[in-house]
Amino acid sequence: MKAIEFENVTFRYEEDSPFVIQKLNFSVEEGEFVAVLGHNGSGKSTLARLSNGLLVPDAGAVRVFGVTLSDETMFEARKNVGVVFQNPDNQTVATIVEDDVAFGAENVGLPREEIGKRIDFALRAVGMQDYRNATVARLSGGQKQRIAIAGVLALKPRVVILDESTAMLDPRGRREIVDVVTRLNKEEGITVVLITHFMEEALLADRAVVMNRGEIVMQGKPAEIFERQEELLTYNLALPRIGVICNSLRAAGMPVENTLDAEVLAEEIAKCV
Amino acid sequence: MRIVAEHLSYVYNPKSPFETAALKDVSLTIEEGEFFGIIGHTGSGKSTFVQHLNGLIRLPSSLRRYKKKKPKKGEIPPPETVLRVGEFDLTDKKTDFRALRKSVGMVFQYPEYQLFAETVRDDVAFGLKNFSAEKLSDEQIDAAVRAALEVVGLDYGEMKDKSPFDLSGGQKRRVAIAGVIVTRPEVLVLDEPAAGLDPLGKKEVMELLHKLHREWCKTVVVVSHDMDEISENCTKAAVFSEGSVRYVLPPKELFRHADELTALGLDVPLTAKLCTALAKRGVEIDCDFTTEDFIGKVLAYWAAHGGRKGDNA
Amino acid sequence: MKDVSFGQYYPVDSFVHRLDPRLKLLFLIAYIVAIFLASNFYGLAVCAGVLVFIVAFARIPIGKVLRAVKGVVFLVVFTAALNILFYNGETVYAEWGIISITKEGLIFSAFLALRLALLVVCSSLLTYTTTPVALTDGVESLLTPLKWIRFPVHALALVMSIALRFIPVLIDETERIKNAQKARGADFESGNLFKRIRAMVPILVPLLLSAFRRAEELGDAMEARCYTGSNQRTKYKKLRFGWRDLIAFLVGAALITGVVLMKIYLPAPY
Repeated sequence: MKAIEFENVTFRYEEDSPFVIQKLNFSVEEGEFVAVLGHNGSGKSTLARLSNGLLVPDAGAVRVFGVTLSDETMFEARKNVGVVFQNPDNQTVATIVEDDVAFGAENVGLPREEIGKRIDFALRAVGMQDYRNATVARLSGGQKQRIAIAGVLALKPRVVILDESTAMLDPRGRREIVDVVTRLNKEEGITVVLITHFMEEALLADRAVVMNRGEIVMQGKPAEIFERQEELLTYNLALPRIGVICNSLRAAGMPVENTLDAEVLAEEIAKCV
Repeated sequence: MRIVAEHLSYVYNPKSPFETAALKDVSLTIEEGEFFGIIGHTGSGKSTFVQHLNGLIRLPSSLRRYKKKKPKKGEIPPPETVLRVGEFDLTDKKTDFRALRKSVGMVFQYPEYQLFAETVRDDVAFGLKNFSAEKLSDEQIDAAVRAALEVVGLDYGEMKDKSPFDLSGGQKRRVAIAGVIVTRPEVLVLDEPAAGLDPLGKKEVMELLHKLHREWCKTVVVVSHDMDEISENCTKAAVFSEGSVRYVLPPKELFRHADELTALGLDVPLTAKLCTALAKRGVEIDCDFTTEDFIGKVLAYWAAHGGRKGDNA
Repeated sequence: MKDVSFGQYYPVDSFVHRLDPRLKLLFLIAYIVAIFLASNFYGLAVCAGVLVFIVAFARIPIGKVLRAVKGVVFLVVFTAALNILFYNGETVYAEWGIISITKEGLIFSAFLALRLALLVVCSSLLTYTTTPVALTDGVESLLTPLKWIRFPVHALALVMSIALRFIPVLIDETERIKNAQKARGADFESGNLFKRIRAMVPILVPLLLSAFRRAEELGDAMEARCYTGSNQRTKYKKLRFGWRDLIAFLVGAALITGVVLMKIYLPAPY
């Protein structure tokens, strides 16, 4: 089943401003892990806000599990599609971790005992069960984003969209988030859409989608996408350092396979010598 | 200007449940002309350290706090704290902190969020006007702003009358940096200058810093937790952990301590990871951990051990 | 990370910390009433006694408690001084024109100063022992009856808690912006009033912009988590009234009774 489906979606922020998204067709299967790549201003963030009705398309339709988004269906859709945003400081409403995680579950009117269970589940899923009574302000960036994910998970969504949620984190925080969503996808069967400008984060996805000027310009297995380096550069996407090394070695005639995994590359080099 | 710190300590919220020792007996020297990296996690003390460098954290007041405790008889008095930036003695109350700030430019994280003026020209001119003793003529200001904008890669004519809030993210950050370097500081300190940018943006910022280091500021100090950034760019780097300095070494030697750095919870650059992985497979690559050198050394090793058929190396 | 002692909350586990915030709020009100009902030193002595008792049970260091008074020392001294000089008493110690120092004036000033000090200490004990969140919950719960007249109690409480959540963030941000502008040579400490207000512009503009940006993002994040502002919301944390609260309630009741009894049976002024 299609978890999210965009059909000929067109969108712009204001009447006379340029279109951010044009006649976009895009879908995500249930259980899939999709990475959406694109430089700043490619329209990839607009995609997230259209998926849960925070923005409404000017033309075309967005469907969530087969139901077209409208004012009537929005509330149900938001229970199914959780979105985590960019800034770790701007997403928590409460001072204490558990109060914040409870927020979504309170909004949909769950009974007290159920909310308690949801908090347990959500904090465990992001590996923050020991921080239940901690003060949000004292956590690291990566931990804050994990709490933001937990806050979304408390609604038991079937899809989680991360809208550049790693952009403001340090390398360690970024790794934490990628680990968490990979686990959610593999173990909980949650559909994941990871919107990012770091290619190495897309490595573990089932499918990578490259956006440029509101259109999908490349799509396929991450490893295949990363081989097309020249094409990526035209969309202002820089290959991670390891890709650069691979390509330079290959250009010099060394028969190494393209990879973004350091261990694999070491193995490849060792084989040649 | 040479930066010397000896036995520098600093405590936040002293005598409260929130008391945290941000710096513990830090000793560190940064020579003039260096492109110096400061590495560490959030809370490692690196930001506290750099804020001392232009007097945003005033040492005299915090020193007074420590000195209250007179050592008892027989006790060894604590070692004298030293903090000097060029001619400025930062432990001295009478130091001219304004003059210090003029010589030590400081670019904070996400500097574009500190823009405030109506036009790019006015924003860049802000520091210039603040630091000059006498009133500058419009021509003097224009010339200085033009030079600063051009060195950060922006066109003066096109930019000067625009509102800084109408620019793109990357442009805003450049304007903000121009607003700091406009006074031609001898030392430029930057806290995570590439934070939040996409990979291309990060690359452009690092290129800009090298340009500034060549043409504009003698010493550049960069706070970063991106090890690749450090290994590619810095002449020397200090590793902060829990308020102490663990290493002060050129990247070439620093990243030989890959295991120790990992134990501190820090990353190592990709090149160091590859070298370790290769060593495990019996391939010893001895490089300075820049991408370029790594590639060169691998290719040389390959050539020396068979290489491509028909290669005469 | 830095100087975030905001809200003064002193994080230890104590009898007083565990009390229901509603009860603490009501107790504070009762205490203030008692202080103002007390018309002589006996009454205030009872109030002071109760306070000493609370401080002991709250495990707050004396230094912390006294620091709360330090903040208003000027006010206390000022009122006391005015009263010493202008109170019309009978036993005159010294006199200059309309200004005189009298025995009654001295006693009355001491009485006022003590009253003020007790007031401040008791109020600060509330903030020392109650987290901002608990305080908001308490206020919301106490205001619940207002829902009948359609007063948006829940929205008010949410606004309060979000404000409390963001105050440390904005304090941090202000500090950062201020430092950044100081690094560019901004001077916030010298010049006349007009000059100083103008000097704030480079702080206020970025701060406002940032607050708006944060509000927008927070709004999105709240909506994404199904917030609609409807009344269907449930609450995870319910405030519960326990045995500790009963004891505290009895102490409060005894205090008021005590003070009233003093007022009736020991009517001597001061």
